[in-house]
Amino acid sequence: MTGVRLLVGTRKGAFILTSDGKRQDWDVSGPHFAGWEIYHVKGSPADPNRIYASQSSGWFGQQIQRSSDGGKTWEAVDNTFAYDGVLGTHQWYDGTPHPWEFKRVWHIEPSLTDPDIVYAGVEDAALFQSKDGGKSWAELSGLRGHGSGPKWQPGAGGMCLHTILLDPKDPKRMFIAISAAGAFRTDDGGMTWRPINQGLKSQYIPDPTAEVGHCVHRLALHPSRPDVLYMQKHWDVMRSNDAGNSWHEVSGNLPTDFGFVIDVHAHEPETIYVVPIKSDAEHFPLDGQLRVWRSRTGGNDWEPLTKGLPQSNCYVNVLRDAMAVDTLDSCGVYFGTTGGQVYGSADAGDSWTTIVRDLPAVLSVEVQTLS
Amino acid sequence: MIRVVLPSHLRKHANINGEVTVDLGEAAATQRALLDALESTYPVLRGTIRDHGTQKRRAFLRFFACQRDISHEPPDAPLPAEVISGARPFLIVGAIAGG
Repeated sequence: MTGVRLLVGTRKGAFILTSDGKRQDWDVSGPHFAGWEIYHVKGSPADPNRIYASQSSGWFGQQIQRSSDGGKTWEAVDNTFAYDGVLGTHQWYDGTPHPWEFKRVWHIEPSLTDPDIVYAGVEDAALFQSKDGGKSWAELSGLRGHGSGPKWQPGAGGMCLHTILLDPKDPKRMFIAISAAGAFRTDDGGMTWRPINQGLKSQYIPDPTAEVGHCVHRLALHPSRPDVLYMQKHWDVMRSNDAGNSWHEVSGNLPTDFGFVIDVHAHEPETIYVVPIKSDAEHFPLDGQLRVWRSRTGGNDWEPLTKGLPQSNCYVNVLRDAMAVDTLDSCGVYFGTTGGQVYGSADAGDSWTTIVRDLPAVLSVEVQTLS
Repeated sequence: MIRVVLPSHLRKHANINGEVTVDLGEAAATQRALLDALESTYPVLRGTIRDHGTQKRRAFLRFFACQRDISHEPPDAPLPAEVISGARPFLIVGAIAGG
């Protein structure tokens, strides 16, 4: 019996939504870690029972939770994220140097092959790795120390490393993104890094084509073709055909190209999804109409998907980690909103249903396809 | 034995019901010794009350005892006598936030 399990992180706890392969009826469990901010929950591709959760609080700091039974029970593992070596500085909002300070884990990315290896993207931006299932963490400090770190600066939401993509064809290669520094790539397992921002144009920084300083909101790739990357930038939807060496804009006919999420259909590498947001000043859908836009051509030509989504008086946001796709034959697409709704489509976006309506603000949505 | 009252989030996090008691043994009864002993008994509390690196009290927590805010006492200053004797608890309190 196939099924799916949605892992939903919210401002006030985690929720697990499960369904069979039809994806019509859903069971909701939670809140897990009630009252804590759950920035991200993600399962191991190598062992779906192994799930990691980032649990944080302005009062009590950061926790990492781990489940080995598919989210039924949890154990707190190590929560020490100590920067490696000399801290150094990045730019503060006023342009002055500011020492790195750990605040929280934004994103957890389990290894594609080993459930005990897991990466964590944190604020202030750095990448950590655990090789023992979260029992200890070590910084991959080649990223922060590669040279451009002193030029990085926080976006309005903080200077966070929010995206980690592992290349399924090359275990030494991974991509990360930082707001507001940009995208970076390693080809040696995280030892050395290079900025991959050529082709990005950001009018909100002094040099719009600078090597770093771009507010990248999210990256996505299809596992069959990891050299093709998609990006939702602060403004602009971008595409790279050469693993990030160069980018070109594919916003095309989108009504606005501001947004946070971007994702790729599980079986069609040229089919991508975004949720356009009105502007950087108004973080809600254009005209109060919540619309996912789909391109079947890898960008430029986009169609609005509206069936089942509110088309009036909708003023929610969809945050960067709050969209995911399952791998069932008819690809399921899911996203959560700051209004607490989780929407799902069992037909690749043609139609949508409200899976759950009144959760706390949704920070992240991940999906596990279960067999 | 020193009695400690934790905020509800931390009680749940550490699977604690009600007050906890902490035995400092021969150690001087200070804030630092108390928190060291508490974290030793409940390792999941490490980093939740004091910052991992600096060991400073987290900004939105306060330490109350005997109807006084002792958050700003030096960590190696003696705890109040009534806390040491167990007559009064040491309260770890989350700051009120919201509106």
